[in-house]
Amino acid sequence: MANASIAIEPPLGAVKREPRGTAAFHRLIFVGLAVLLLVGPFLLYPVFLMKVLCFALFALAFNLLLGYGGLMSFGHAAFFGMASYISAYSAKVWGFPPELAILSGTVVAALLGTLFGALAIRRQGIYFAMITLALSQMVYFFSLQAKFTGGEDGIQAVPRGRMFGVLNLANDLTLYFVVAAIFMFGLLAIYRIIHSPFGQVMKAIRDNEPRAISLGYRVNQYKLTLFVLSATLAGLAGATKAIVFQLASLTDVHWSMSGEPVLMTLVGGLGTVFGPIVGAAVIVAMQNYLATLGAWVLVVQGVIFVVCVLMFREGLVGLAARLLKRPL
Amino acid sequence: MFTIFGIPSAALFGQLLLGLINGSFYAMLSLGLAVIFGLLNIINFAHGAQYMMGAFVAWMLLNYAGIGYWWALLLAPILVGLFGILLDRNFIKPMNDNNTKRSFVMVITSVLAMVVITYLGVNPSLGFAISVGIGVVAATLWDRFGPTFVALGDQHVDHLYGLLLTFGMALIIQGVFRNQYGVSGLPYGIPPQLSGGQNLGFMFLPNYRGWVVAASMFVCLVTWFVIEKTKLGAYLRAATENPTLVQAFGVNVPLLITLTYGFGVGLAALAGVLAAPIYSVNPNMGADLIIVVFAVVVIGGMGSILGSVITGFALGLVEGLTKVFYPEASATVIFVVMVLVLLVKPAGLFGRAQ
Repeated sequence: MANASIAIEPPLGAVKREPRGTAAFHRLIFVGLAVLLLVGPFLLYPVFLMKVLCFALFALAFNLLLGYGGLMSFGHAAFFGMASYISAYSAKVWGFPPELAILSGTVVAALLGTLFGALAIRRQGIYFAMITLALSQMVYFFSLQAKFTGGEDGIQAVPRGRMFGVLNLANDLTLYFVVAAIFMFGLLAIYRIIHSPFGQVMKAIRDNEPRAISLGYRVNQYKLTLFVLSATLAGLAGATKAIVFQLASLTDVHWSMSGEPVLMTLVGGLGTVFGPIVGAAVIVAMQNYLATLGAWVLVVQGVIFVVCVLMFREGLVGLAARLLKRPL
Repeated sequence: MFTIFGIPSAALFGQLLLGLINGSFYAMLSLGLAVIFGLLNIINFAHGAQYMMGAFVAWMLLNYAGIGYWWALLLAPILVGLFGILLDRNFIKPMNDNNTKRSFVMVITSVLAMVVITYLGVNPSLGFAISVGIGVVAATLWDRFGPTFVALGDQHVDHLYGLLLTFGMALIIQGVFRNQYGVSGLPYGIPPQLSGGQNLGFMFLPNYRGWVVAASMFVCLVTWFVIEKTKLGAYLRAATENPTLVQAFGVNVPLLITLTYGFGVGLAALAGVLAAPIYSVNPNMGADLIIVVFAVVVIGGMGSILGSVITGFALGLVEGLTKVFYPEASATVIFVVMVLVLLVKPAGLFGRAQ
């Protein structure tokens, strides 16, 4: 293992200079996305859309780490699920308003991310993935045994409450716009991180870690920061999900949940800004559509994994980026 | 019977034995993972699913063909190993060669066959098996008669994609078995020759459990011997270090790689057959185990064969001891050990620093 971190085939234009007008093009996409978010609930079932948005944010957080840091985490369910538990518990038992519940879930995810990140960055490549997977399994067993998580039952009937004391979240449409705002915030934060000097250094580390070290960057600090950012955003997604579905359960911390953002990112396009969103929409829609098939969903997901890895590594958005000759 | 630290000896040694049994599964599985990783450069996420397949094949042999435990012990690893070779030929090797046309043919044919078969109303799991078979035949015919493509050069494929590929395979295998057999678990009896047990004075030793520990230790030792002390093992170790050079010396490295994968998978299946009478045969039995085995691999490092065997058994014992003294932590203790090892010796106990 000569190169220390997982080297991903460089996404289109990631390190190379972006073609002229890319920023404007991205702004156009953001506007289009905002319009879609505004009209979405009038065309589709809002709860379905909220599910897509929560998972899209989760996948975006995962992609931030893998696509731009080259760090493959197979344990993001720990942050998603733990934040979901904390958010649900604080809203239900302590009577926190939703904004505080989501915030506390996110903060806990950030702390957990700091802890896990500090451990996982001690090894590289494939070991990094195995360590994060093992650590998240530890969180799963903890959640199974701990009192506050409700064990097999999970935390049910979480009150949605009133956001900032005014927005009644019991209304699906109101809740939808709150979730959409959270999602947009997450997406813009990630976009900002990727295009900041910090993001540029991260890409350099991803592409050639020894060189980044020789240039004097404290690689481990950068990696840890990125890991914490990713865990925090995954936590934000999980905490929001608990309020939306009024439920936090063992499913959220199970290892199969860690596979979801991986699949979504892979389908949408690894290392693209917008890929995870498309991937999340496709996968959540598929899961809804195929729900009657029972365990065959697992088989279908497995086939998608295999096909994506073998023949379609660029993903849907990656393909679009290639056709449009612009990074997306 | 006597007591140690207030614990009855029977309970203590009973749990230690259980730990040793778990340890033998850890050892066999991490051994297989290490051997596969060495030569194929992938972490075989499907290892747990293949362990589960071993148990299921033993169960099927008994219930559909009337073939008992002892033959299953031989046949199941061979069958599952052959299945592993199919996986390698159709997916892993094309990926490593960066020439996935064959996989493309295989997937397209299988999916089409599955659609037709579902339309005909055949049992879906059987239909899935048949369509995969058709896909394999189509891919083989394609390889033989179809146009040849030059591989895209000797581009080293990332470990990451190997992990994702085998993760997908694990999902597929698990999904198919879950569809057919549910998640409740199927009973598989202990062979009559090994029923009963011995009273050792300080504990009661069920014969079958003693056999599992002895058999897996034997298998691990034989594997170690073959890899470290024979000519075949020397080829294998050399190919791990530098496949191109070994190929230049006239060793058929692609064949060696395929057989190694088949062997590693067979080892997992053997562990599955050994496990079948102890744990119920269940489609999920491998999924949780493989994560623990990953932790074992992180702790031991994949550099040394004997190292992964020792780590496997030792961690099984640690787990058993925890069950006696602090049962709440028994599910997490191996992960805690992993954290400690990462803090003290990040490369793993037997690992080489990079």
